[in-house]
Amino acid sequence: MKKSSLGAAAVVLLLAAAAYAAFFIAPTDSRQGVIYRIIFLHVPSAETGLVSFFICFVANVAYVLKRQPKWDWMGIAAAEVGLAFTTVCLITGPIWAKPVWGIYWTWDARLTSTAVLWLLYVAYLLLRTLIEEPDRRALLSALFGIFAFIDVPLVFGSIRWWRTQHPQPVIMGGPGSGLDPVMRAVLFFCWVPMLALMVLLMQSRYRLEAMRGDLDIVRRESEAA
Amino acid sequence: MKNLNSVFAAYLIAWGVFFTYYVTVARRAAALKEELERLKNSLNRGK
Repeated sequence: MKKSSLGAAAVVLLLAAAAYAAFFIAPTDSRQGVIYRIIFLHVPSAETGLVSFFICFVANVAYVLKRQPKWDWMGIAAAEVGLAFTTVCLITGPIWAKPVWGIYWTWDARLTSTAVLWLLYVAYLLLRTLIEEPDRRALLSALFGIFAFIDVPLVFGSIRWWRTQHPQPVIMGGPGSGLDPVMRAVLFFCWVPMLALMVLLMQSRYRLEAMRGDLDIVRRESEAA
Repeated sequence: MKNLNSVFAAYLIAWGVFFTYYVTVARRAAALKEELERLKNSLNRGK
């Protein structure tokens, strides 16, 4: 069995274990009932998306400083994977919000800054399709990626700095905030498969981009020949 | 068990998004690999 298949199988098993813990180990919330169990999917996917965008930011800065293609490949891989996780966050949030708030969406600071984040990284990916020359594409998208990352601290801080419809933080939220200890343990456990999935997806996407780099070189050789 | 269907729907959609993305990347990689092999072979034939 190939190493990547083993990794994928391990991630699937971890995701199944996380779903089991979310449905059968975490206690039911006395106020929200069963619907609160979306927290075990929504929060880890949101946090993993932010981690991916941080990796993208580091790769973008490294590209600007060193101009090595591997940092460009890392940047695109992290941006795309972060977008997948943020998409899940933006889909699961409204599913949770409707029965609890009575509405799917509101333009509060957390929801709006997250929607803007999603749009910024869609723009990052679109920008890459508009520039043909590889070095120019890598540099401009790295600069745009650094700019886009400005929204990440805003997303993180929005529920700490402003009163929002979105709940206040349950992790690192200061005095008076927090979760039941079992819920908290399950939440952290559910984050592990998300991070493992992020690594798996990022590796696959990085290899794809590296292969594209090889293809560009071979194409240039075949055109010169 | 009010809203259990919504919780299941959220899980199914999330796993669907990740699975679709993984398959898309794998397909793009397979297509690129094929093209790379084809180009390398045509280059070798030309030498």
